[in-house]
Amino acid sequence: MENKKVLLLGDEAIAQGAIDAGISGIYAYPGTPSTEITLFVQNSKEAKEKNIHSMWSANEKTAVESALGMSYAGKRSMACMKHVGLNVAADAFVNSAITGANGGMLVVSADDPSMHSSQNEQDSRFFGKFAFIPILEPGNQQEAYDMVNYGYELSEKFSIPVLMRITTRLAHSRSGVTTGEKKEQNELKLPDNSKQFILLPSIARKQYKTLLEKQKDLLLESENSKYNQYIDGNNKEMGIIVCGLAYNYLMENYQNDCPYPIVKIGQYPIPKAKIKKLTEECKSILVLEDGMPLLEEELRGLLDKDVKVKGRISGEVPRDGELNPAIIRKAIGLELIEGTKIPEFVAARPPALCVGCGHIDSYKAMNEAIKDAYGDGHVFADIGCYTLGALPPFNAINTCVDMGASITMAKGAADAGLFPATAVIGDSTFIHSGMTGLLDAVIEKTNIVIFIFDNSTTAMTGQQDSHAFGRVKDICLGLGVAEEHLRIINPVPRMHKDFVKIIKEEIAYNGVSVIVPTRPCIHVFKKIRAKMGEKK
Amino acid sequence: MKSDIILAGVGGQGILSIATIIGYAAVESGLYLKQAEVHGMSQRGGDVQSNLRISDKEIHSDLIPEGSADLILSVEPMESLRYLPLLSKDGWLVTNSTPFINITNYPDQEKIDKAINDLPNKIYLNADQIAKDLFNARGMNMVIAGAASVFIDIPFAKMEEGIKVIFGKKGESVVEKNLNCLRAGREYSEKNR
Repeated sequence: MENKKVLLLGDEAIAQGAIDAGISGIYAYPGTPSTEITLFVQNSKEAKEKNIHSMWSANEKTAVESALGMSYAGKRSMACMKHVGLNVAADAFVNSAITGANGGMLVVSADDPSMHSSQNEQDSRFFGKFAFIPILEPGNQQEAYDMVNYGYELSEKFSIPVLMRITTRLAHSRSGVTTGEKKEQNELKLPDNSKQFILLPSIARKQYKTLLEKQKDLLLESENSKYNQYIDGNNKEMGIIVCGLAYNYLMENYQNDCPYPIVKIGQYPIPKAKIKKLTEECKSILVLEDGMPLLEEELRGLLDKDVKVKGRISGEVPRDGELNPAIIRKAIGLELIEGTKIPEFVAARPPALCVGCGHIDSYKAMNEAIKDAYGDGHVFADIGCYTLGALPPFNAINTCVDMGASITMAKGAADAGLFPATAVIGDSTFIHSGMTGLLDAVIEKTNIVIFIFDNSTTAMTGQQDSHAFGRVKDICLGLGVAEEHLRIINPVPRMHKDFVKIIKEEIAYNGVSVIVPTRPCIHVFKKIRAKMGEKK
Repeated sequence: MKSDIILAGVGGQGILSIATIIGYAAVESGLYLKQAEVHGMSQRGGDVQSNLRISDKEIHSDLIPEGSADLILSVEPMESLRYLPLLSKDGWLVTNSTPFINITNYPDQEKIDKAINDLPNKIYLNADQIAKDLFNARGMNMVIAGAASVFIDIPFAKMEEGIKVIFGKKGESVVEKNLNCLRAGREYSEKNR
């Protein structure tokens, strides 16, 4: 594989980069568009031979903490997540800047501008800046590969974790990547400073000062980085600052022949000197960044004084959503090329639960027992395939906020007096962030009914293994759910009447009830059947 | 040489296998390639598309700019129309005519037929039927790949090779059945372009 060109998704390029950079472990919870990074390592023969850890973590926080522990032990580690996963991991992430790293540590956060598969389009670069952690933002698959090794060198040179920020378009786009040198894994080695990782206030204050002092060195590194380039142009009417993969859209429009000077950014802290040069030379500045206007805000400052900056805030670029070649074409003032209009009759085709999915039967029973009896507004749901229960023909759920919020929001609503208050959560999401909320409810004997849709997998992201497999019942009992109010049912059409009856009984019970419709995801079932067929 | 292709369909219909075969042929022909895919929630029976770009020069954007696709290749008729704004004025639309109806407000077939037939450059074929006639009901996507191959400037033999590599594990007869579908699609386009 050495120095060979291979076709890789952006996610896969990062994974191969990590294997080649000598990581000893990758830690992650599945989340679109980041899932394929860890999947690639799990399926890599090479990673298996090198004994690289790649099992899924319970959530993003446990993932970052494990990666930090591996770094503590002197080895290179990676933690991967989608952007909202970084919220879950934020406590560990922000504090890891203060402890610093021992072995190189990379946190990869995959943002989803335009919310192709997410609840928001937050920009992870803000988190990097907030935590004083340097950021790498690859513009294409090759850079994604190359930056991983560079990121580990950066991390070890400055003893600090490094954030790599990608977006959906790079994560899920394939291109040829030339792979490089393969590094050996680090030896086990404890930190030189034995107090480095103890964030007691007295030590944390010192460590924090060290972190702040590192910033000027990180800035210098960024100014001189090959990933931050000043590319000259003759026409100084406008200068263009372009971050990450927005550069590709710009070049698509100019075909390597942009008349304006450009500052191309792939590494942060923001390279101040290069930007200063551009702003002094040019009459106006256009900022192109996929995600939120981080750089544009900094350039404008609070007072918007002497403004010659154009971008998302001033409206030359739309305030939200993913960038594309047409948006940039408009922003640089070139004439738009238009295709044929979509005929009016073309109907939207939203995603839907698969034919034969067990969630369909669960929602049918729930609608009859809850919505038909008490009206709409009683079902707090969560993140997973079952979120599609919000759409017709079910219209069965009323909320979807963040991982685990179903149980806790139902609890809050029950505390406020809502009856019945029910929650829907999948088995994998329950493990991720639902268990603690269940404990809250059990302790207070809150009057709620919780449905744990157990389909034996993390289905939405493509059927990854779930830690919940075979453990849901024991976990609930262990957390203190009464055995007689822990009801397990097979959600199939012939059980519909029984299912409705169970729900009604548990709504009538004043306390915590957990109903577990248990039936494997049809895709998992197909895989199991195919495996059994092979054995025959 | 440049070929910007929009692959369209409904999640689960197999557009990614088409992309894999064309992609294999492109890379084996020494061309540059970029292919943006859709993963995650939209794969569950929703509309899906993939941007496949092939060129003898370096490709910048992962996304095909509006009004500049050379080809829309669709396994579902209504879905083929969703991407018309991306098609260039002299681009071709190659689509299956068998609808995939999983929504209640699916438009009248006549409207779709008319919109497609009114286009200057189109290949409108019943790929499901062609595949069935060749005793390979699941080979519909290979029929479409074959029909589109006429408009993609890479050696057809490389696409045939792609099928051998990708279906090889499943045995000789699966390879043969898919090759038949690919060739039948190509033949249809050659006769009807």
